[in-house]
Amino acid sequence: MLKVIRVILAVICLLAVTFLFLDFTGIGVRYFGWLAKWQFIPALLSTAVVPLVVLILLPFVLGRVYCSVLCPLGVMQDVISWVHRKVSRRHKFGYRRPLTMLRCAVLLLFVVALTLGLSRLAAFIEPYSEYGRIVSSVLRPAYVEVNNLIAANEATDSYTFYNLDYYVTLSMVIVGVVTLLVVGGLAWWRGRIYCNSICPVGTILGYMSQFSLLKPVIDSSKCVKCGKCARECKASCIDAKKERIDYTRCVACMDCIGNCSTGAISYSYSYKSKNRKSENSDAGPDSGRRSFLTVSALLAATAAVKAQEKTVDGGLAEIIDKKKPERRTRITPPGSKSHDNFYRHCTSCQLCVSKCPEGVLRPSVEAGTFMQPEVSYERGYCRPECTDCSQVCPVGAILPIDAAEKSAVQVGHAVWIRENCLPAVDGTSCGNCARHCPVGAITMIALNPDDPASPKVPSVNTERCIGCGACENLCPVRPFSAIYVEGHEIHRMV
Amino acid sequence: MNKNIKIDRRRFLQVLGAGSAGVVLSRCGVKKKEGDEAPGLSSGKTSEGTMTYRVNPTTDDKVSILGYGCMRLPTKNENGEDVIDQDAVNRQVDYALSHGVNYFDTSPAYCKGKSEQAMGIALSRHPRDSYFIATKLSNFSPDTWPREKSLAMYRNSMKELQVDYIDYLLLHGIGMGGMEAFNGRYMDNGMLEFLCKEKEAGRIRNLGFSYHGDVEVFDNLLAMHDRGEVHWEFAQIQLNYIDWKHAKEINERNTDAEYLYNELHRRGIPAVIMEPLLGGRLAQVNNHIMEEYKRRRPDDSVASWAFRFAGTPEGILTVLSGMTYMEHLQDNIHTYSPLEPCSDEELALLETSARLILDYPTVPCTDCKYCMPCPYGLDIPAIFAHYNKCVNEGNVPEGLQDPNYAKARKAFLVGYDRSVPKLRQASHCIGCGVCRPHCPQGIKIPKQMARIDAFVEKLKQNRP
Repeated sequence: MLKVIRVILAVICLLAVTFLFLDFTGIGVRYFGWLAKWQFIPALLSTAVVPLVVLILLPFVLGRVYCSVLCPLGVMQDVISWVHRKVSRRHKFGYRRPLTMLRCAVLLLFVVALTLGLSRLAAFIEPYSEYGRIVSSVLRPAYVEVNNLIAANEATDSYTFYNLDYYVTLSMVIVGVVTLLVVGGLAWWRGRIYCNSICPVGTILGYMSQFSLLKPVIDSSKCVKCGKCARECKASCIDAKKERIDYTRCVACMDCIGNCSTGAISYSYSYKSKNRKSENSDAGPDSGRRSFLTVSALLAATAAVKAQEKTVDGGLAEIIDKKKPERRTRITPPGSKSHDNFYRHCTSCQLCVSKCPEGVLRPSVEAGTFMQPEVSYERGYCRPECTDCSQVCPVGAILPIDAAEKSAVQVGHAVWIRENCLPAVDGTSCGNCARHCPVGAITMIALNPDDPASPKVPSVNTERCIGCGACENLCPVRPFSAIYVEGHEIHRMV
Repeated sequence: MNKNIKIDRRRFLQVLGAGSAGVVLSRCGVKKKEGDEAPGLSSGKTSEGTMTYRVNPTTDDKVSILGYGCMRLPTKNENGEDVIDQDAVNRQVDYALSHGVNYFDTSPAYCKGKSEQAMGIALSRHPRDSYFIATKLSNFSPDTWPREKSLAMYRNSMKELQVDYIDYLLLHGIGMGGMEAFNGRYMDNGMLEFLCKEKEAGRIRNLGFSYHGDVEVFDNLLAMHDRGEVHWEFAQIQLNYIDWKHAKEINERNTDAEYLYNELHRRGIPAVIMEPLLGGRLAQVNNHIMEEYKRRRPDDSVASWAFRFAGTPEGILTVLSGMTYMEHLQDNIHTYSPLEPCSDEELALLETSARLILDYPTVPCTDCKYCMPCPYGLDIPAIFAHYNKCVNEGNVPEGLQDPNYAKARKAFLVGYDRSVPKLRQASHCIGCGVCRPHCPQGIKIPKQMARIDAFVEKLKQNRP
């Protein structure tokens, strides 16, 4: 029974987090956005008090249920391991000694990296972000393609599905695939070995769980030392001969309880008599909430999405793609406060990247900020009504802001490049940048101050400019715009 | 919970079903904005009677009341480029000829300059006396005003069409650019004189003109006719139940078709009709009008009303329809085999409809694509087509308080991205104005683009 509850909850969480990364309609964020904020490291980095307190208390009460239910990377490994056992009946586990030195060394490095603000290094072994990268760079392109296919064939007057542009960065695909192969391969080989040897969250929670009130307990009066529990234990933490369980590695999956033919293992209050059995008194989540989650997950699964643009008839001028200008200072999204705050917190989970509807955020391919999101305006610009990235960021790298606030946050300022500007070069009248500036920071002025009839060129009021990139993106000059945005290291209100 | 699952599954299947229906549909069409001009099959009927013919008083040509307009020939995608689907053209031309259509109207400017060639290929497979070919001297660009350039264009038409005489030759689009352009194109370079000589030599059987824009030029040409300086065997004008009395309401510069037609009829000059459907707009009327039509003639398409209107006056030689799809062709043949002229009561209904349609703030674009290509890559006709579609379907919400706001907003924005790629949308118009002089309907394109863009921006910013 306990195992069934665990499996149901774990699958729901896994599907919900996966959908959160895949979805682009806002449904995912609305219903499951909180799940990302209830991940251990994100809660820690964003110092979200309630999740943090609960997540820290949880291992003292129920053991490492976080690892077997809430952590998407952990549940993914369970699924892979389960498949292996389905495929090969002979695949069994057995007790193994803990790799304590490795665990502690990795944890130490992780803590040091975070303390020094090197979260981009720590990100490589942060479980939630690893899962995010797998989904966003491996699964999401396929998901969007399916959606686009459906949308392309949708009836003309139906608008349920719409086309979505998406961009994949080769290096991120490599990162995602390698992560999947390494973590998945380890799980295929030895179940939870990654969680119990490398994962820093697993190590922290593992040592806390030793003191858990409730844990699987072996009743020696009933145990016949058959070793069946150990063979089914994907954490390899049951030493059947000594009737001992290594609670630092036990993820409270409850598999052993059901497997014991003599009923010698129970999930029970461990500070009392070892003979006492906990009956079915365990408070599983109440059924009302469970069915709510089930229904939500089903809804989410059927609400797949998106579309394809129709090709148009002839007589169209060719349009060349914009190229990224060389910015002296990078741009970070509104809400990130400063480069310092952004890069200190970000664990490159790619959630904001997968939520950006305009293709503005994308993972950096530069060495110093590799995988971390960066802002650029070749594909779209940071639209005034959108605050999606700030709503989803679970680690506090991008703090929540509303649309009104956003329109006053200066993340950078526009710079005019005279040699590229149409009116300055060939006298064509333009002004598309000024026409689209959402804060009216661009004024068209006569190129020649003495001749009011001379071509009008943009002049940027840098005090008012918020760096949204509308001008850069909509500038007709390609591939390099005649106006582009330079980032600011510290954002401010204007 | 079970119930929920069922509902979801059903909905899911509906979506899938809609998707696969879409696949089937998109396979039988040639691509391009379906619906823009598709009049819809009139319950699958094809002609049961015979085509109505009108007689040209000068040459006694027996011309089918339905003329094949060759500006919107079917296309297919080849290596990422839209090219004319010659097989489809051949099939449709064969079908048209076998059902009595014998007038084909093309121009060196149509279909990115490929229309004449395609029609030459299709028609040369039939006896020369089984069809009438109409083409034009489309020397719009000042580069082609010099005599030798205009001559080259005229001779090339014969070559492309694989003919040694042209049945109907038109001075193309007189009125655009006023008297100045007319003089530059036909008078100063002696082209009109040359064409008259060609007529005497029998290489042109009928000489006429097509008219858009400045009415001064139209009046002038008729005055020349009255003075006997030139004899127009026919003239091509824009006529439909909106332009009949309300041309000025669409555009200041336009002239009511009633006036144009009467001026021609008075002189016994037969009229060839263009834009009987106003670029497909009269096939896409709002629901109220459609119900009125269907109630009276349940088996006939919405478009058939416009065609019957255009064919009703006696002085009309032929009504041109730019038929992209076989279904258009079949529906029109059905309408005109034979033509049942509109009764007075029906004419009154169409006049009421015209007034209702004018109340809708659509852009009077007829998708002729003369404005294209836009140097900045915009797809101007597609933007207008989408906007007009939303206007007709009531998906242009006035503001957040509109009870239908969320649905209309989604339909507008999603449909916009679907019919116009992002980089070709109105936000990329810089107002350079290159397109302006090319629009036969005189639409102030940059101004309209800015208006539509501002509307889109408002929709995007105001989430429901």
